[in-house]
Amino acid sequence: MYRYDAIDHRIVRERVEEFRDQTRRFLAGELSEDEFRPLRLMNGLYIQRLAPMLRVAIPYGHLSSVQLRKLADIARRYDKGYGHFTTRQNLQYNWPTLESIPDILAELAEVEMHAIQTSGNCVRNTTTDAFAGVAADELIDPRPYCEIIRQWSTLHPEFAYLPRKFKIAVSGAVEDRAATLVHDIGLHMAQNTAGEVGFKVIVGGGLGRTPIIGEVVREFLPTEHLLTYLDAILRVYNRYGRRDNKYKARIKILVKALTVEGFAAKVEEEWAHLKDGPATIRPEDVAHYASFFTAPAYEALEANPAEFTAKLAEQPAFARWVERNTRAHRQPGYRSVVLSLKKTGVPPGDATDAQMDAVADWADRFGFGEIRVAHEQNLILPDVKEAELFALWELAKQQGFATPNVGLLTDIICCPGGDFCSLANAKSIPVAEAIQQRFDDLDYLNDLGEIDLNMSGCMNACGHHHVGHIGVLGVDKNGEEWYQITLGGSQGNQTSLGKVIGPSFARAQMPDVIEKILSVYVEQRQDDERFIDTVRRLGIPPFKERVYAKDH
Amino acid sequence: MQKIIKDGVIVADDWVRLSLNEDGTVSNVPQDGDVIVSLAAWLADAPRWQARQGRTAVWLAPDDDPALLAASLDRLPLVAVDFPAFADGRGYSIGRLLRERYNYRGELRALGDVGQDQLHYLWQVGFNAFEIKPTQNIELALQALGRFSDRYQSTFREPEPLFRRRVTRD
Repeated sequence: MYRYDAIDHRIVRERVEEFRDQTRRFLAGELSEDEFRPLRLMNGLYIQRLAPMLRVAIPYGHLSSVQLRKLADIARRYDKGYGHFTTRQNLQYNWPTLESIPDILAELAEVEMHAIQTSGNCVRNTTTDAFAGVAADELIDPRPYCEIIRQWSTLHPEFAYLPRKFKIAVSGAVEDRAATLVHDIGLHMAQNTAGEVGFKVIVGGGLGRTPIIGEVVREFLPTEHLLTYLDAILRVYNRYGRRDNKYKARIKILVKALTVEGFAAKVEEEWAHLKDGPATIRPEDVAHYASFFTAPAYEALEANPAEFTAKLAEQPAFARWVERNTRAHRQPGYRSVVLSLKKTGVPPGDATDAQMDAVADWADRFGFGEIRVAHEQNLILPDVKEAELFALWELAKQQGFATPNVGLLTDIICCPGGDFCSLANAKSIPVAEAIQQRFDDLDYLNDLGEIDLNMSGCMNACGHHHVGHIGVLGVDKNGEEWYQITLGGSQGNQTSLGKVIGPSFARAQMPDVIEKILSVYVEQRQDDERFIDTVRRLGIPPFKERVYAKDH
Repeated sequence: MQKIIKDGVIVADDWVRLSLNEDGTVSNVPQDGDVIVSLAAWLADAPRWQARQGRTAVWLAPDDDPALLAASLDRLPLVAVDFPAFADGRGYSIGRLLRERYNYRGELRALGDVGQDQLHYLWQVGFNAFEIKPTQNIELALQALGRFSDRYQSTFREPEPLFRRRVTRD
């Protein structure tokens, strides 16, 4: 993991003191609400329905056990004993007091954490593949570049007041697990025919009110030019992005307005002045940042040791969990474990202080003290020996983190919704729970196979509903909560946006509606066809017909 | 006479920004005294402005193109950038372009909705003078100028970014 040096520590402490002063001035009436709002947002602080919400940055989803224990401790002492992991790989506290925020930030700074730019119209936390560095299909480890981007984006003096928020995602594997096509900038690490390492640069993707899949502005950007090119993109956006209408202010609207060719030409023109400038990344810089992400001290192990395979044979429930909730590792004898934060009855992504402490302990005992946050709102222990999976499973069950549903229907991506968020049109958590309750039969869930169900409480799309195989969007109709369904969305290499199937539904109808959609799939699927493939083959009509058929 | 922050100290200042008529023209141009005029007014008749007794400077709106001023920069003692709302960040890019691309070395002033929380960033992108909005205390604003002891990016003040400096130093 990256570790702060004295300068990183100093900058973050200075930011804490700045925010302490800003909070003091606001509470003393020296800063108006209008003046304080952008300042607090730039430090992850929202004023929610019930209390302030503080969003803590987890850079590219990497956490140490020490950091996770601190997050647990803060949840215990400043909040109501839990936190919420988000689709941006961050953590949100829902109940801190405004006055306590500077102290929370000071405590976070002790463990090399902060809330800088977790909200506001600035460059947000950069995200990446939660399996970066351990995935079997990885081409190039994206983490050194993520850290270089993190530093570049942190308190960037030119780009603190952009037209709108700005999100960057990096993928270094064959399978894109970072949703790069629906980010303001998506970077795919690649090698060109000459063997140079670089990025395919995708710009203008995004969800929200106007979902758009990003387009390639540069097929291959050698890594040395990463920051000067990012500066060029951001400068074009900062100068020409719309500021008159916040719903038209994201870079995707600018790219559409200029066309991707026109936008790329403007970026190239700007970049011509910046290219080879002082922000050029030298080989020794890459080496320095890569040195923080070297492989841990793996033992030389046989794959599939006898005690592991014996437990798999004896214990079908364990075998099911291994199949669903663990992933292949590049190191023989190890697997990555996904701890499901999607147990029925618990808001998706929520974890208590005790659960966070337990996960930190497992990371130390079974791994190398590292935890990852997946954008699907689960936690990952990247390096666990196969021989120790059974012991971990037993412990994870006790904490409610072993529901074998990763990638299945009940592994719902879900925003906090109307229970907490003041932007929401509708609640999302109770709908997720009702669906989880209806589909709690593990055999049936497994039979249905991989289905992404994503839910957002409003069109801001924090729950990524557009890229769910089944998307659910909360809408407001005359003050009542209704839910619109989309089908056919997908993240990853075949990113697609779901299509609305028809008029929205009342909350109580939702489990029935999902059941009808699934019944069409079960009847129509061919062989091992996945749900999304059936939707792609058949289109929306048969699903629509079933869902809106008159009951007899 | 107003006070501004310039090069890290509070100084008296008597530059006057001339307001525009609705059609963009300026009436009642004073012959003496230092005035700041809009880019459009300057471009319309630069020789007339330069013939005045007093000095003339130019202010840019966020959507003005600083390239249009490039040819005039060596004649201008001051260029100002207006921040109509402090969340409008276009002026930061304008500052960098004036300094880094067009090599402007005179006074670069931020005016409009400018307060202490922006000063560090404004300084980094090349501004060296600040008209602090009347609702804020200029002495406190001055203290905020030195709030951060370092920064990660390549900036006008320090082109070599931290990610390289720390590697080179090792």
